Amino acid sequence: MSSKREWFETTYKQASERPARFSTISDMELDPLYTPEDVSGSYDEALANPGEYPYTRGVYGSMYRGRFWTMRQFAGFGLAEDTNQRFHYLLAQGQDGLSTAFDMPTLMGYDADHERAKGEVGREGVSVTSIHDMVRLFDRIPLDKVTTSMTVNCSASVLLAMYLVVAERQGVPWDRVGGTIQNDMLKEFIAQKEWISPPRPSIRVVTDMIEFCARKVPRWHAVSISGYHIREAGSTAVQELAFTIADGICYVEEAVRRGLAVDDFAPRLSFFWNLHNDFLEEVAKLRAARRMWAHIMKERFGAQNPRSMMLRTHAQTAGASLTAQQPINNVVRVAIQALAGVLGGVQSLHTNSMDETLALPTEQAVTVALRTQQIIAEETGVTNTIDPFGGSYAIEALTDRIEREAMEYIRRIDEMGGMVKAIETGYPQREIAEAAFHFQRQLEKGVKSIVGVNKYSVPEEIPIETLKIDPEIEERQVQRVRKMKRERDSVALREALARVSEACRSGENLMEPMLEAVRRDATVGEISDIFRTEFGVYRDPGWI
Amino acid sequence: MAEKRLRILVAKPGLDGHDRGAKIIARALRDGGFEVVYTGLHQTPEMIAEAAVQEDVDAVGLSILSGAHMTLFPQIIRLLKDRGAADVAVFGGGIIPDDDVTKLKELGVREIFTPGASTEDIVKWVRENVQARQ
Repeated sequence: MSSKREWFETTYKQASERPARFSTISDMELDPLYTPEDVSGSYDEALANPGEYPYTRGVYGSMYRGRFWTMRQFAGFGLAEDTNQRFHYLLAQGQDGLSTAFDMPTLMGYDADHERAKGEVGREGVSVTSIHDMVRLFDRIPLDKVTTSMTVNCSASVLLAMYLVVAERQGVPWDRVGGTIQNDMLKEFIAQKEWISPPRPSIRVVTDMIEFCARKVPRWHAVSISGYHIREAGSTAVQELAFTIADGICYVEEAVRRGLAVDDFAPRLSFFWNLHNDFLEEVAKLRAARRMWAHIMKERFGAQNPRSMMLRTHAQTAGASLTAQQPINNVVRVAIQALAGVLGGVQSLHTNSMDETLALPTEQAVTVALRTQQIIAEETGVTNTIDPFGGSYAIEALTDRIEREAMEYIRRIDEMGGMVKAIETGYPQREIAEAAFHFQRQLEKGVKSIVGVNKYSVPEEIPIETLKIDPEIEERQVQRVRKMKRERDSVALREALARVSEACRSGENLMEPMLEAVRRDATVGEISDIFRTEFGVYRDPGWI
Repeated sequence: MAEKRLRILVAKPGLDGHDRGAKIIARALRDGGFEVVYTGLHQTPEMIAEAAVQEDVDAVGLSILSGAHMTLFPQIIRLLKDRGAADVAVFGGGIIPDDDVTKLKELGVREIFTPGASTEDIVKWVRENVQARQ
């Protein structure tokens, strides 16, 4: 048999090759063929069996033969009662857990009646201003039975406090409340750009939450270290992986500095990846992520509990990959992306709806998205065997390469003094903007193709039905918030808010004072205003 | 003497952080030979109108993906008018339904680019439709 080089020179070059750039969507050039020559490392050290260190082949021993991933569709719009209704619908359709989308004012720490909330109340998610909205949102949903994921970051501490107060009022003890709050502020500064205060005090609040949950809410994931938004902002797969793991390193360092033992909180760190179009690259990325995290936790942080070394993850198909043109094609993209997630061994999955580039999804579109997961789980057979791509020369070579290139980024960030310093100089932000621009250029030059956009486009689009948010919702919510503010006990409220301010200054863990403030009807905006006063306001440096 | 280079303010109103498009457009316009001022995220309509006047720009390009376009575009147009800058060309891009595009154009928005528009289209449009203010 010939070597790979001989084969390339003699056989491959004799055959025809399309005039194309053979690279991943991240523009990583690929060989035409991978062979045993491209794979190094022993099976035991590089891969090992599922449930065994370094978990390349999966974190659990039986993976999807034990149980399928959690099918968790992100939902939220309008008033709390509108979203509550969608939650009940999704649970009735066989969804396992809830995932809450908040509107922009809630996410940015403004009340529905604030000047800056105008036009945005209930638009991109559900409007939550006070505990009363949170109670309505989880009406008839038992918090000891259903786990909830909440996508919120700079105001996450307030929303977590509200969720725990809802549990209290349902009579559910905190140690039986399970779920996840995104709360990954580093990636906010890098990519999603929802912030109140500068990086350092923001990380202090995140660390308060990690500490509080480790002690009081042991089933809660206090931070979901997220590559999703980094990728959506236009990064490559390697950058997504590298910056996210570097963010994880920063949170671990901060919690250790707080005096927590690694094994006391690391088992509750979870991740959130993007699933983009490039199928093999995505499968390899997920496998590389698990191996990197296992090595880092064991070797860099001295973790001893295997659960601290296991990278457990949620994943979502790539919103940025969907097209407004010929939107029904998005169903196909989502199915392929979701399949990459399953073959990459994720624990939880959201599949996007075909209409999400146009509006929030309709009930019909959401149902197709959920059914896509159910078809993969029940019909395709890929769940019968664990990590079926393990040992593929191409996948293993790509896994090794993505890991190597991501570790190189992490080394550079370490040299800069860690992720907070790197963010302050704009390093990851610029790397991502560069990659986004590079892809756009490739698209416009036709080096990369998007079906329906720069290839196979049609002159007349057939419109699909989209969800409309009634503009009166905003007025109703504003009136309701104003009424609540008039009727609450303002003396008790002022005392409770003063205690939050004091904790900001003293360095005491913020969660207990915030819980008390929330019980006294303090709003998202009022607590965020305390952050603005005590910690300062962060402004976008506006790097192009 | 060379013709005065057009100055364009690329602005990102609203509370969301979707700046991928705004940054790509800012860069493409700069590469296209225009002077570009980028506001950064989370700008209020007042901040944008003020920046347009202060920076003495010829056009304002707004990127809006939050669904608040029917609130934000008209407000910015009104505020520009209040400041004697009604002749600043306002254009924009984002996830904006066709019905709203028609309404926004009636309100004085010069052009709306929806998903799939290329940076070349946008640069070309600016070159052909924006004039230097007197």
